[in-house]
Amino acid sequence: MHGMLTMVRLTLQEARSRKILLVALLFGLLFVGLYATGLYFIHAHMRSQGLGVQNRFVLSSITMAGLYGCNFLLVMAAVLVPADTLSGEISSGVIQTLVSKPVRRVEIVLGKWAAFSLILLGYLVLTAGGTLLSTWLIAGFVPPNVGPGLALMGLEALLLLTLSIAGGARLSTIANGVMVFGLYGLAFLGGWVEQIGTFANNDPARYVGIASSLLVPCEALWRLAAYNMQPPLLRDVQMSPFASVSVPSLAMIVWAAVYTMLVLAFALRQFQKRSL
Amino acid sequence: MKECVIETRRLRKQFGDKAAVSDLTLTVRRGEVFGFLGPNGAGKTTFIKMLLGLIDPTAGEATVLGEPLGNVRARARVGFLPEHFRFHDWLNGREFLQFHGQLYQMAAPRLNARIRELLKRVDLLDAADCKLKEYSKGMLQRVGLAQALLNDPELVFFDEPTSGLDPLGRLLVRDIIEELREKKTAVFLNSHLLSEVEVTCDRVAFVKRGQVVRELTLKGRPPLLRVELKLGSAGPEKIAGLAQFGGGLSTQNGQVHLQVEDEEKLPKITSWLVGQGIKVYEVAVKRQSLEAMFVEVMGGEERPG
Repeated sequence: MHGMLTMVRLTLQEARSRKILLVALLFGLLFVGLYATGLYFIHAHMRSQGLGVQNRFVLSSITMAGLYGCNFLLVMAAVLVPADTLSGEISSGVIQTLVSKPVRRVEIVLGKWAAFSLILLGYLVLTAGGTLLSTWLIAGFVPPNVGPGLALMGLEALLLLTLSIAGGARLSTIANGVMVFGLYGLAFLGGWVEQIGTFANNDPARYVGIASSLLVPCEALWRLAAYNMQPPLLRDVQMSPFASVSVPSLAMIVWAAVYTMLVLAFALRQFQKRSL
Repeated sequence: MKECVIETRRLRKQFGDKAAVSDLTLTVRRGEVFGFLGPNGAGKTTFIKMLLGLIDPTAGEATVLGEPLGNVRARARVGFLPEHFRFHDWLNGREFLQFHGQLYQMAAPRLNARIRELLKRVDLLDAADCKLKEYSKGMLQRVGLAQALLNDPELVFFDEPTSGLDPLGRLLVRDIIEELREKKTAVFLNSHLLSEVEVTCDRVAFVKRGQVVRELTLKGRPPLLRVELKLGSAGPEKIAGLAQFGGGLSTQNGQVHLQVEDEEKLPKITSWLVGQGIKVYEVAVKRQSLEAMFVEVMGGEERPG
């Protein structure tokens, strides 16, 4: 436990001193700023036009677009920021003077994982929180189920982080980044195949999409978050670009959480056996 | 307290078809400075890594400080400086030592006092607040030494500690090893630099293709002297008479070579030669170096690693 806390402190210290996190923060702030600016002018135009019911539709769509952008930034951060945390230290040899200390290898991995979880969840609060706050301050609009929605986005980030750490226990930094992005791409495309299959009443396509979600549940978590954060009327008539035809079930959340734990256990085991 | 700090019995590490360490059995005693000598690829670093829990052995048994391999408690009493030392270079010297001290679970007051003491010992007090990325190789070596000694270890592993260092750096390492010896801290030293090993070590093991081929006590052993004589003309039967004083009698490039164990033999050799009517132009005496012994043990057919 003591070793794990030391690793958490070191990883947070390292993140503070590394430019990649600074760049991610900068882009996050720029994005929120851009979103808020766009929303301000759109809202001002809507008020001047006196649009009624359509307001909710427009505001919901814009908010979802903003959150979709945040989701994109979060996915990038979850894959790239921890990509070399193990693989870099292994290839450079830095790991040797850590593992030869009286600290268990699991403490090293768990410490890094916990620290990056804190960083990513903080990033989520900054970007998505900033987006939602801007929407509320400018237009007085708050989407439904914000808490559960953000929790699902957070789980998505943790899932990708865990894949990145597991990859780093065996692969080089670049191979790891390519692998995790590849898996995310698989999930992303699979999600679309599932939507199109459902819309076109094509069961094989739907099943292929579902299979990809089971293999990598991250995109399914975003779709569920987006579904929950849209007003029921809008999402059920599917008038929003973020409406889902095929909505992941609650069982997918359980599977995603279990999946994350399994991948973490895999990461711990891989690092435990690795010759350093 | 156990007398042996390292005990291995038929330790083996196989990587696929290749045995990096095969059937390695040795012991290192408490307070001993033990040298591990061998060409590149002999398995020296793999052996150290097995003892430190960086690599799991394929077969065999070993204990470090009386505990089986992989024991976390034992690692609290061990220090290690790798050959290709790399550290988190975004930390400054002080932060780096604090981090490693925290991994040793050292309490803050003792850790801070120890950091001050070690930074002073390795002459890095002035650079303590500079980031490691700004350190020269010699400075990194010194902060690495400090890291290995933080928790007052009972056993320290140094893997090629002086390679790439200037003479002052090598002297510092030698002085630190001497201080550790006085504190009865055992030192396990991998090195290529035989002249350094000869000066610092109590005992050495020559390792070849993953096995110990010879162990030798250096301290307390009388040195083998190599005598080179430049003589006037003398028949071979007269020269053969020198064999009574020592071994390895040979003639090379007009000089007669002989190995003797005791320097008291030298005046006897000179008297005998004069008594035989052989003119003596030069008597040169050299200690049989570890390097010569190394080459002899490794064999002429051994290729560079």
